[in-house]
Amino acid sequence: MSRDDVLVTADWAEKNLGTEGIVFLEVDEDTAAYDGGHLPGAVKVNWTTELQDPVRRDIVTKEQFSELLSAKGVGNDDQVILYGGNNNWFAAYAYWEFKLYGHTNVKLLDGGRKKWELDGRPLTTDVVEPKPTTYTAAKDADNSIRAFRDEVVDAIDVKNLVDVRSPDEFSGKILAPAHLPQEQSQRPGHIPSAINIPWSKAANEDGTFRSDEELSALYGEAGFEADKATIAYCRIGERSSHTWVVLHELLGHSDVKNYDGSWTEYGSLIGVPIELGAGVKA
Amino acid sequence: MCGAPDQAVALPPGTDLSKETVLAGRVVASGQPVGGAFVRLLDGTGEFTAEVVSSATGDYRFFAAPGTWTVRALSRSGNGEAVLNVDGPGLHQAEVAVA
Repeated sequence: MSRDDVLVTADWAEKNLGTEGIVFLEVDEDTAAYDGGHLPGAVKVNWTTELQDPVRRDIVTKEQFSELLSAKGVGNDDQVILYGGNNNWFAAYAYWEFKLYGHTNVKLLDGGRKKWELDGRPLTTDVVEPKPTTYTAAKDADNSIRAFRDEVVDAIDVKNLVDVRSPDEFSGKILAPAHLPQEQSQRPGHIPSAINIPWSKAANEDGTFRSDEELSALYGEAGFEADKATIAYCRIGERSSHTWVVLHELLGHSDVKNYDGSWTEYGSLIGVPIELGAGVKA
Repeated sequence: MCGAPDQAVALPPGTDLSKETVLAGRVVASGQPVGGAFVRLLDGTGEFTAEVVSSATGDYRFFAAPGTWTVRALSRSGNGEAVLNVDGPGLHQAEVAVA
């Protein structure tokens, strides 16, 4: 896979707004961002309520995914361009979910909302009413790109465990990103043998991904072993989706899974090993 | 949840400033508030820690911990940063001028 198969530039996106067969979806946790201005023609997706099951802690099922895309006006043959705030965290999570259910023609807008806004490109508050389709997910959930808790425990000292949270979350100093209240009750720390490569190191200040050369060097220097299978995790699985895109899609490592249970699951499990501090490989 | 909360000056209900270390302030250009700026919190080593978007009144807010922090703002009006040395819990404020 080359970078052009994964990302589109803001220039490309602006030229292709409104093109038949291309659907722009804005993915945010807080849809106030979309409501305050979005790419002309883009349809909003709420990460919290639409990409997760409303009751169980899980991603949406194949049927729910099909219903969602039908309602958003996405056809099975459409090209989907995902973008969002928070440096595309939630858009990257959506991208991973699209791949999980076999929608191959999906790309991320490099830089997401941030680059778009810093560039001063057009935004609109016009609400888009998508024309419903009959979308059918191409396959059952592809668990070759999704890790569950037992295989994460089994991966200690065996696979690359990439913890993409900030160094203070990794060491156990804080429990959540610093723009959030620190009220969680589960244990702080990280999975033993994990290496800490914050997602942010993979992004430029304007939210675009760093070059393939910079990314290869970054992971190599941090102790990432290219010949090993990899599991990436963060707190709730969205920042690790960003890193999953880097490792699996941009750098082309074949066996990379996103652990969407992440620290909010692992750090609440009874009896699993936890390591505190900067880590042995750091 | 990992989304940016409301960045208005008022703190969320239940915020205990005897325990929480809150960094807050305003992004300004030529003395005028800058809304919609991307405000990044960098730790003592310059490592990225968090990012929020400033409110219409230019306000930003982070929940952090004692230490040295850099608040860096990117905007259509330019970029700028401010350094905070935080010795304990409470509300710590800094204005970030962009140009």
